[in-house]
Amino acid sequence: MTNEKPLLEVENLRISFPTRTGVTQAVRGVSFSVGREKLGIVGESGSGKSMTGRAILRLVPSPGVVTADKVSFQGEDLLTASEKRLRDIRGRRISMVMQDPKFSLNPVMTIGAQIAEAYRVHSSAGKAEARRRALEMLEAVRIRNPERVYGLYPHEVSGGMGQRIMIAMMLIPNPDLLIADEPTSALDVTVQMQVLAIMDELCSKRGMGMIFVSHDLNLVASFCDRILIMYAGRVVETCRASELHEAKHPYTRGLLDSLPRLDDTRPELPVLTRDPAWLEG
Amino acid sequence: MTVQTHSNAAGDGGLRAWLTTETPLSRRQARLGRAYLGWLTFTRNKLAMIGLGIVLLLVVMAALAPWLAPYDPYTQDLSNRLMPPSAANWLGTDAFGRDILSRILYGSRLTLMIVALVAVTAPVAGLLIGTVAGYLGGWVDTVLMRVTDIFLAFPKLILALAFVSALGPGIENAIIAIAITSWPPYARIARAETITIRKSDFINAVRLQGASKVRIILGHVVPLCSSSLIVRVTLDMAGIILTAAGLGFLGLGAQPPAPEWGAMIATGRQYVLEQWWVATMPGIAIFVVSLGFNLLGDGLRDVLDPKG
Repeated sequence: MTNEKPLLEVENLRISFPTRTGVTQAVRGVSFSVGREKLGIVGESGSGKSMTGRAILRLVPSPGVVTADKVSFQGEDLLTASEKRLRDIRGRRISMVMQDPKFSLNPVMTIGAQIAEAYRVHSSAGKAEARRRALEMLEAVRIRNPERVYGLYPHEVSGGMGQRIMIAMMLIPNPDLLIADEPTSALDVTVQMQVLAIMDELCSKRGMGMIFVSHDLNLVASFCDRILIMYAGRVVETCRASELHEAKHPYTRGLLDSLPRLDDTRPELPVLTRDPAWLEG
Repeated sequence: MTVQTHSNAAGDGGLRAWLTTETPLSRRQARLGRAYLGWLTFTRNKLAMIGLGIVLLLVVMAALAPWLAPYDPYTQDLSNRLMPPSAANWLGTDAFGRDILSRILYGSRLTLMIVALVAVTAPVAGLLIGTVAGYLGGWVDTVLMRVTDIFLAFPKLILALAFVSALGPGIENAIIAIAITSWPPYARIARAETITIRKSDFINAVRLQGASKVRIILGHVVPLCSSSLIVRVTLDMAGIILTAAGLGFLGLGAQPPAPEWGAMIATGRQYVLEQWWVATMPGIAIFVVSLGFNLLGDGLRDVLDPKG
């Protein structure tokens, strides 16, 4: 962890969904803090990693109920903040890149208009200024012909380009914290690294904090500074990315063991066996 | 979509080849080519073309009424009253000796005005109510939709009648009454579309950028709902014309001596057995124009409706 005061502190976060057959607990008592660093949250499907990201921005879909002892962002309590105050925080100070650009861009607005809107929501800039900034931002995410792309509709660009556009849209108000919810899982492997490199470069240049949610252990290990490993709504282990291979929790060990390696000598890959005791953390 | 070769004489071969090329050189050419292909799909529908022809004819009639009409629609000639169709009066004359053809030509202006004004007010109101109800949900949705249900529970013409009687007869009030009675179906459609849109990721994306509800509804939800509403409006235009004519017929729409088609039928009613043309000619006009709008709407739906 960095020495300075953390950007975001979360203590004992719980998210539950009351259903007809009882209460489903998606997240059960998660605590962590993020400074100006890259924090990876890894876990399998349904482990509550995406929900944790959404709960920070209070975007958990109804009927989800969020409770926590503390969710504070730069000293401000996000749990009790008014809807109006939250609107100022969303986008301007914390923003989020979502999984699939195909669904996260409005199909009937041009890309330029969407990026410019993202900028204008949080500043009093005029149309021309917003356009200039949007073009700059498109260039920053390495789009070769920003003028042309500005006028395109989302269906006219590729998935990798769409995700870079999404990143441009989320970074244009210059937030302090970026939550990336599996930003590369809808992309080809070749494009994944390019998108990650852009995110990495922009985040470190601006000194932003980042929460990177993914199910890809290796990707997170190579990309992030620190890793939280989640299982069934709990954090089972926290470690530095560089020390991931020394992880102690049997779940993490099981995950690591089940990955194939190029220099593998094992005749068979072990299958992860789950221990009910892990549920209790 | 495949490139179609059509042998109709629309434009020269060079332009058509430019429009239908599979390798457009610029975006503008590609867009124009797409529009042209849509137009080709539309022209293949013979009935829709007939509808378009009728509607265009109506617009031309309305625009050129003073030049096309052989007589003034208001000039009475009592020595010439109730004359059958002849060379002098193609469609005959009415009880005051006014030329029916001229009155129908001028009446097309009233018809178009009613259709246009209702078409720009009712769908807009329905769109706003439907998107607000659908997006906000909860008690706002319940209240707005129950109000919509109440409006839908009355037959359209009866409700319009009640409004006109309350507001007083006249063409402006008829337009207001028709608009008030025709927004609920649009609100229903807009709400249904909004509910499917509001959970989508791109709405979440603008929400987490800090966009306000007003901005999301007006900037992101409304444009997505409008295409299906436009199609619905073109299909409803015939209904609007019929309601307007119905109000005119009952003496609650346009007031005499305005040459409104429904009112013309009403005055011709008492002569319908001996002087059939007085009521029949405006009736045919209403019939043809309603048919035209219906055919056009049907054809437009095939081209425009993304779900079609």
